[in-house]
Parts: sequence; structure tokens; C-alpha cells
Amino acid sequence: MWRWLIPLSVVPVLAVLAYGFRVDPRAIPSPLVDRPAAAFALTAFDGQAVRLEALRGKVVVVNFWASWCNPACYDEAPVLERGWREYKDRGVVVIGVDIQDTREAALEFMRRFEITFPNAPDPAGKVSVDYGVYGVPETFFVDRQGRIRAKHVGALTDDAFKTSVERLLPGA
Amino acid sequence: MIPELGAAMLFVALALALYGSVAAGVGGRTGRPALVESAQHAALGVFVLVTACLLLLVYAFLTFDFSVRYVAINTNRGTPFYYRITAVWGALEGSIVLWSSMLTIYTLIVILRHRRNARELYPWALSVMLGVLAFFVLVMAVPAPVFERLTPIPPDGRGLNPLLEDSGMITHPVALYLGFTGFTVPFAFAIAALITGRVSDFWITTTRRWTITAWYFLSLGLLIGGWWSYHVLGWGGYWAWDPVENAAFMPWLTGTAFVHSVMIQERRRMLRLWNVALVVMTFSLTLFGTFLTRSGVIASVHAFTQGAIGIFFLSFLSLVLLTALALLAWRWDALGAQGELDSVVSRESVFLLNNVMLVAATFTVFFGTVFPLVSEAVRGVKLSVGMPFFNQVNVPLFLSLIFLMGVGPLIAWRRASADNLRRNFLGPIVVGIVGAALFWTLGVRSALAVISLSLVVFVTATIVVDLLRATRARMRVGESAPRALGGLLLRHNRRYGGFVVHLGVLVVTLGVTGSHAWSVQTETTVHRGEHAELAGYRLRFDGLRASEESNHFKVTGTFTIDGARATGAVLEPAKKFYPQDSSPIAYVDYRLGVMEDLYVVLGDFARDGSQATIKLQVNRMVSWIWLGGLVLTLGTVLSLVPERRRPA
Repeated sequence: MWRWLIPLSVVPVLAVLAYGFRVDPRAIPSPLVDRPAAAFALTAFDGQAVRLEALRGKVVVVNFWASWCNPACYDEAPVLERGWREYKDRGVVVIGVDIQDTREAALEFMRRFEITFPNAPDPAGKVSVDYGVYGVPETFFVDRQGRIRAKHVGALTDDAFKTSVERLLPGA
Repeated sequence: MIPELGAAMLFVALALALYGSVAAGVGGRTGRPALVESAQHAALGVFVLVTACLLLLVYAFLTFDFSVRYVAINTNRGTPFYYRITAVWGALEGSIVLWSSMLTIYTLIVILRHRRNARELYPWALSVMLGVLAFFVLVMAVPAPVFERLTPIPPDGRGLNPLLEDSGMITHPVALYLGFTGFTVPFAFAIAALITGRVSDFWITTTRRWTITAWYFLSLGLLIGGWWSYHVLGWGGYWAWDPVENAAFMPWLTGTAFVHSVMIQERRRMLRLWNVALVVMTFSLTLFGTFLTRSGVIASVHAFTQGAIGIFFLSFLSLVLLTALALLAWRWDALGAQGELDSVVSRESVFLLNNVMLVAATFTVFFGTVFPLVSEAVRGVKLSVGMPFFNQVNVPLFLSLIFLMGVGPLIAWRRASADNLRRNFLGPIVVGIVGAALFWTLGVRSALAVISLSLVVFVTATIVVDLLRATRARMRVGESAPRALGGLLLRHNRRYGGFVVHLGVLVVTLGVTGSHAWSVQTETTVHRGEHAELAGYRLRFDGLRASEESNHFKVTGTFTIDGARATGAVLEPAKKFYPQDSSPIAYVDYRLGVMEDLYVVLGDFARDGSQATIKLQVNRMVSWIWLGGLVLTLGTVLSLVPERRRPA
């Protein structure tokens, strides 16, 4: 009878591997969470100044993207735009920071998704370095005191956007 | 158009493979040749369809058909022609296509070669192969849909991972996958043997060539992977115990054990159970490798997180392992050994020891690779083991294996007499010890290097002793020396092919030892006109120039050698900036040599070209690793030459 234990011996190994699906090896929490968000001052594509400092008192969603980031950025662009339209009257600002991109391609991207929230290129790549951006898209949620409270890697969903923003609004 | 056509072909191929697998199995069980023949037709259909899918994908890449999502992600209009073809298998979905395509080729050859000479086992082996094939076609169709349509169609694609723009990406995946998929054949025959109960030695002798072929391609794939890592990644090494490397190395270890242990079964009717277990392990490890690197459960520089594919692979892996081991338990009694170990000092026992060590190495590599998972599951902490762990555990194992490589082929079967030992090993041992003393006096101070080098000398001496003795024996019957040697190699090509493969491994060992013991490097910042110096080389920094390439921007540094060595040569390391990648890619320049390579990586630089930081390495004996690959090739070819019948 004991020989039937041979096939059973691999079950624990398979179980450990299956456990692997429940954890994300890359989910190392960002060290920036709960620290003050690095200040930046950029010039948006439409020429307006975008300064993080000036937005103290508002919840700020800083999204790093690029027009070549297909499909993730393409998937989340409508999510960001919807979120911005829904929350802008409740003290939420969405800022897009376009990295490693050409101006034409970025403008085409914004036209395509009818983006209305402020978007600025990061010409020297300084802002993305300050935020430790590893790839696009990445999104940081900054509270009204100017602290980073959450980081989202990969395409945002409507739910993820709502949950993260609601948490930072008064009365939550 | 292409997305729908491709997907349709895949579903037909899936249906055919499933049908063929069942038909071959039922045909084998009920002894109805018509069903087996029908399964063969199905297999042919799968071959045609999968090949067509591969070609269709190549066509989509060549014509920039961005309606195929996979094409849009892995190429853009700037991707050069050459790399648009390699981009086909540049990511998960396409690599599964390549895998399946190789598997259909193997299946076809199995049909051609064995449909007559392996009557009882053949239908079941065909059934297993088509079953495995069905799984891979399923993966292509569902969790990794290579022909998925992308809407809206983007004007341009994202582009291939820049690191994969290298000629090694033509040969490396092809060789590696020929190795991986090749082990499906002995596995299929082993399962057939278990199912039919014909667990004697027939399946082993039938699949010997297949096993050696698969082993060879896997070795080649690993070596080319090392070459890619060495000349593309710019860290100056060729092996880092990264999970992806380990994934390919584990089946190589068990496959090597299998290549050796089958000889014991052929000769002494021992280790039947063990051989079945080894081939099941090897095949499972090829699946595990793909699972590991593609499921995203372990972080690696190569791994891409992919949703459902991990679950598919783990389910299939579970199915394979549980079924195969249950069959093994079922045939337990039939698998009992007929021969017995007569003495500890015998060839059997040396081979056994070789197997124990190879499997031990497999377990340490396995454990080290999944350790992050185990530690998180048990203690909730993310931990990893790195190079030191793998090296500390494996280096002693590998050194012992090299020693056994010298002993195994010469020691007597059953029971080695004192005379046998003296005759075969006294000379080589003395030569080895003299070698060690010589290396020490020549200034080699690393104990590890001395041990490794003298082991290489010892094993080489055993091969020379054997060859000399056998040649002399033939010369006694009147043959000239070259004729005797040539006849020996061809007549006993299995034995001497094996020896040549061993020599190849020794050459690789020299390369690994030399590069670890004697490589030097420095990192320095130089102004234009200044020199960087290392190990007798003087490199003058002549300046930077920028250029716009088809799909990236490139900054190239010019360095002229004007020291005592290699004067006049110009090295041009560069940094390449790809729009789709946030960090630049280093482009290494090097001068390869037999004894040492000069290797330059461009680091930071001033925009005006006035200064640059470079990493300069003199890597010793790395070329021997690639050279070893050539010797390995020769040995494999020799051992696969059809054995000639002696004139009666």
C-alpha cells in the first residue's frame, strides 16, 4: 500500500506552487507611502503651470503615463477621465505626467481619449525619478496634507480609483 | 483577418490533437490499427496547422499587422527586419507557438521512425505526445491567446524588449526549446511502457538517441543563453542563478543523470524504477520551468506576470506528476531490479553516485529557486537566496561529478579489482597531482582553482590512457595508428562520442574556473584624450557621437587601444535609448581572445562628450566556455552516428 504514497509526495510541492498565485513577488510596498510627496512644477501641454504645492488642501492623483504604453495606459485613460469629471467638484485633482514621450504622440493620445485634466511632460525625467517610477502606468494618491497615501502599479480600474480617492476625502 | 484565421486554426488543431490522443490510446488498448492510423493523420494535421500558425505570425510581424495585439506589443515600425522574425518568440505567447511547433516536429519524426519498430509502445507514446501537444495548443488558444485582436488598431506598436535585439535570440530559444520538447519523447515512451506493462529495457533503447538529442540541444541552449547574458547584459558574467536560468538548468541536471543511468539498465538490468522516475522528473521540470518563468509567482529579470497561464501550467503539471507517479506505483513490482549491486567499487556504483549528486544538485537549485515562496508561505517574510548559496552548495557537487567523470568510464563493471584500479587510475592520479603542484608553483593560489584544474587534468589523463590502450590493441593486429584511432572512434562511437562530450564539459569547466579565478575589472571616469588602464591594456577615450537609429537613439563612445597589447584596435561601447523603455540599454563592446577578452561598458557621460565613465573588464578564459560547446557538438554527433555492424 505504501507505494501509493509516491504520487502523494508531490502534493505539498504543488501546494506551495499554488500558494504562489496568492502573492505577488513584485508587490514590495513603496517606501514613499506615508511620506510627503516630492514637490514639482511642470508646464502642461496647454502652457499652464502645474505645481503640486499649489494644490495643498486637495486630494491629488498623480498619474505617470506614456502614449507608447499600450495597452495599460490605453485601458486606464478613460478611467482617469471619468474619475476626474466625477470628483473635480469634491476637491480632487488629477494630474497626468507624460514620461519618455514625444509631444505629437502625447497630444494625439490626449485627443483620442478626450482628456481634460491637466497633463504635463516631464522633459528631464526628474519627477519620475523623484517618485521612483519603475514603469508606466503608475499612480500616486496624495492626501490633502501633501502626503503620498497609496501607490497603484498598472492600469487603474474605476473601483480602484474610487476606493483610493474616497478614503482621502473628508467624512470617509 | 489574421487574428480570426489564426484563432480558427488553433481551435481546429486543438480538436485534432485531442482526438488523436484519444484515438491512439483506444487504438493501443483495443489493438485496432485503423484507429492508430487515424491518430497519425490527426497528428499530421496538427503539424500542418501549428506550422501554418507560426508562419502566419511571422507574416503578421513582417507586415506590421498591429490588429494582432501580440504583434503590436512586441514590434514597432522601426524594428529591423531581422528582429521582426525573432520577435515572434520574443514574449510568452509566441514562445508557446515555437514550443508547440517543435513538439509537432518531434511527433512527426516519432511517427516516421517508430510506427513499425515499436508496435506495442508506439500507440501509447503517440497518445501521450498528442496529449502534451493538445495542452500547448490549448494554452495558445485560451490563456495566452497569441492571435488576440487589438481594437482600435494603433498606428504603431510598442516595440520589442530592446535586450532581445540580438542574434543570440535566433538560436537560443530554438535550441533550448528543442531540448525541452525533446524530453517529451522519452517521457512518452516511459508512460507507454508503464501503461502496457512492458517495462523491460525496450523503451530505454528505443529512446536513447532522442534523449541524447534533447540533452544536447538543452546544453546548447544553456550555453547560448550564457553567451547572450555575457555579451548583451553588460555585467561581464554568463550565469547568475536567476530563476529563468535555473528553470532550464534543472531539467539539464536530471537529464544528464538519465543519460547515464540508462546505461546501467541496458547493461545490468538495474535501476528500472529510477529511470522512469528520472524521465518523469525531467519532463515535469521542463513544464515547471515554463510555469515558473511565465506565471509570475517568482520575480525574475525575465519573468512577465501573466494571468491565467500559471494556473493552466500548474494544473497540467499536477496532472502529469500525479498520473505518472500513480502509474509508477501501479507497476511497482514489475519495475523491481533484476541485477544487484555486487560491490561498492564498480562502475554501477560510480554511476549511481553520479546520479545521486546530480539529483542533489537539482534539489538545491529547486529549493533555492522556490525559497522566496516557501519563506513567504511559512513565515510570511519575503526572502531570497542568491548566488552565494547556489555556489557554495553546487561547486563541491560539480567538482565531485568531474572526478566521477574520470572514474566512471574506466572502472570495471560489477567489481573492480585492485589490478583494474591500478592499471586505469594510477597514472592519471599521478598526473593530476603533478598538475596540481605545477599550477601551485605557477602561482595559482586559489585552492578551488587548483582543485578544479587538477581534476580536469586527471580526467583528461584517464581519457588519454583509455584511447592509447585501445589504439595500441588495434595496432597489434596490424592497423596503422591513424586508422586504428579512426576505426575506434567510429566502431565504438557511443563510448568515444561520450568521451568527446566529456572533453567538452572539461573545456567548459576550464572556462568557468579561469573566469572566476583570474578576471579583473575596474570602473573609471576618463576625459577626452585620457587613458584608462587595466592589466596591460591602455584605452584612450576619443570622444562620443550620437546617432539616430531606426528604432532608438544611440550614443557611442570611441576608445582606441594604444598600450603594449592590441594596439590600434578601436572599441565602441554605446548606450541605446529606446522610447518604450525608461532606462537606457548598454551596448557592450569587446575583443574576444582565446585566453582573455577585453570588455568595455559605457556608463555615464557628459553631454558635450568631454568625459565618460566606463567599466573595463579583462575576463579570462571565457571563450573556453563557448569552445566547450563546439566540442560538445562534435561528441554528440559522434555518439549519434548509426552504429556500424562489424563485418561477420
